[in-house]
Amino acid sequence: MSSDDRIKAQLMTARDLGRTLDRMAQQILEPIDPEGAQAPSDTFALVGMQTRGVHLARRLQTRVREQADIELPLGLLDVTMYRDDVRLRLEQPQIQTTRIPFDVTDRHLVLVDDVVFTGRTGRAALDALMDMGRPASVQFLTIIDRHHRELPIATDIVGREVPTLPDEEIRVRVQEVDEKDGVWLVQTPASRSTADTR
Amino acid sequence: MAESQPSAAPDRPAALRHRHLLDLSTYEADELRHLLDTAQEFRAVLDRPIRQVPTLQGTSVASLFFEPSTRTKLSFSLAAGRLSAETVSLSKSGSSVKKGETLKDTARNVEAMKVDVVILRHSSPGAPHFLARCTDSVIINAGDGAHAHPTQALLDVLTMRTHVDTFEGLNVSIIGDITHSRVARSNVQALNTLGAQVTLCGPETMLPVGMEDAMDVRTTTRLDAALEGCDIAMALRIQMERQDEGLFPSTREYHRQFGITTDHLRRHPDLLIMHPGPVNRGIELADAVVDHERAIILSQVTNGVALRMAVLYLLAPQRDEA
Repeated sequence: MSSDDRIKAQLMTARDLGRTLDRMAQQILEPIDPEGAQAPSDTFALVGMQTRGVHLARRLQTRVREQADIELPLGLLDVTMYRDDVRLRLEQPQIQTTRIPFDVTDRHLVLVDDVVFTGRTGRAALDALMDMGRPASVQFLTIIDRHHRELPIATDIVGREVPTLPDEEIRVRVQEVDEKDGVWLVQTPASRSTADTR
Repeated sequence: MAESQPSAAPDRPAALRHRHLLDLSTYEADELRHLLDTAQEFRAVLDRPIRQVPTLQGTSVASLFFEPSTRTKLSFSLAAGRLSAETVSLSKSGSSVKKGETLKDTARNVEAMKVDVVILRHSSPGAPHFLARCTDSVIINAGDGAHAHPTQALLDVLTMRTHVDTFEGLNVSIIGDITHSRVARSNVQALNTLGAQVTLCGPETMLPVGMEDAMDVRTTTRLDAALEGCDIAMALRIQMERQDEGLFPSTREYHRQFGITTDHLRRHPDLLIMHPGPVNRGIELADAVVDHERAIILSQVTNGVALRMAVLYLLAPQRDEA
């Protein structure tokens, strides 16, 4: 993000990220019953969290289509309005688009984020989804779970668990936004290690 | 090695460079667009089963309305409520204002009760600017005399934006009592900043002299000229009490010369009609025009709540503790 970041390690190459998404697509498909008796595919949906979660969810949607010929609806979620630190930041975060083009009630949702850290974003996302209806279930999918939870939020489908130090940060980069794919572990300057509460 | 560098984040999000919303004269195009974009996201909240978000929990908003207002006051209090802010309101009657307290003292007392944002409606132009200088609260102007009504203008441009692709080259005509209209003034500022061309139209008695020199507008006293090539016509409310001032002979005659009728809609098949409300049916707009599908007056009202949510969200001060 900032040019002061010092890269400590590359955690995933573009190829690693691609394979991780392949595997995750299979995990998403596992509970779906294509014959439609118990859990028909039309009761499932993906919800990508702004910004990079949206692009990751879109890729998962494509992979699910290719692997099983199932079209999962895709929603976009921005949780800024639900954050607990929205008034504590130096400046007002920009609100991005939320568009859930399906009824969440009685649906099995897969919530897609790039990094899970304190769990506060996940809490905000759950609150936002509950305000839109009553989902049958919510699974939390993340490329990197970096530990240090401050709230009891669990992840269900995880690309890779990376125990980090609090002053380190994870950068998941996707082609659509960053013009490259991959995951990096960076060291942030001590002065600004408190702001990000992912 | 350069290959594995994480690239920079997308461009820094736009932000407001203003602490208050007093008028739109100093707001630049990117700030206006940021306000409108944010309002659009809040607009979506209003269509959900639960139309409330916890965003401004713990923020206190005080509405000081020293002049009568129904929809602006209601709209602001709904906006604050939908953001979970705490609101108190005070109107002229039944308050210490009646007992002769000055505006400054009222505001300072409200501030002493730890209010973060003050929404002010006042009959004196510049009253919000004065408060911004003598208190520490964030001030939002909800209409000051004939000077400015920035949230009305912003909700107007927000409504326009949902119907047109771009403001660049858009022709908007504002018709009515321009002299006494804070809505017209704020709309001209917002529309000019965004690149639209504005024509002001009204009886000579209601068109200030020198308007064309002061602002980038055209003026005309003929409705036909104002509607020629016009994309959006905004009719302003005729204040009945002004009839006694001799500004126009009768409401019938006003309607004949400046009222928009279905005939105009037929002649201008793409023309959209707006009105800041409340409408005098049969005067500014013919009855059938108010209810016409090309009249987007009620969408202005809905957008008003979303826009005011955006204004409160973007201007509410951040808390000190971190």
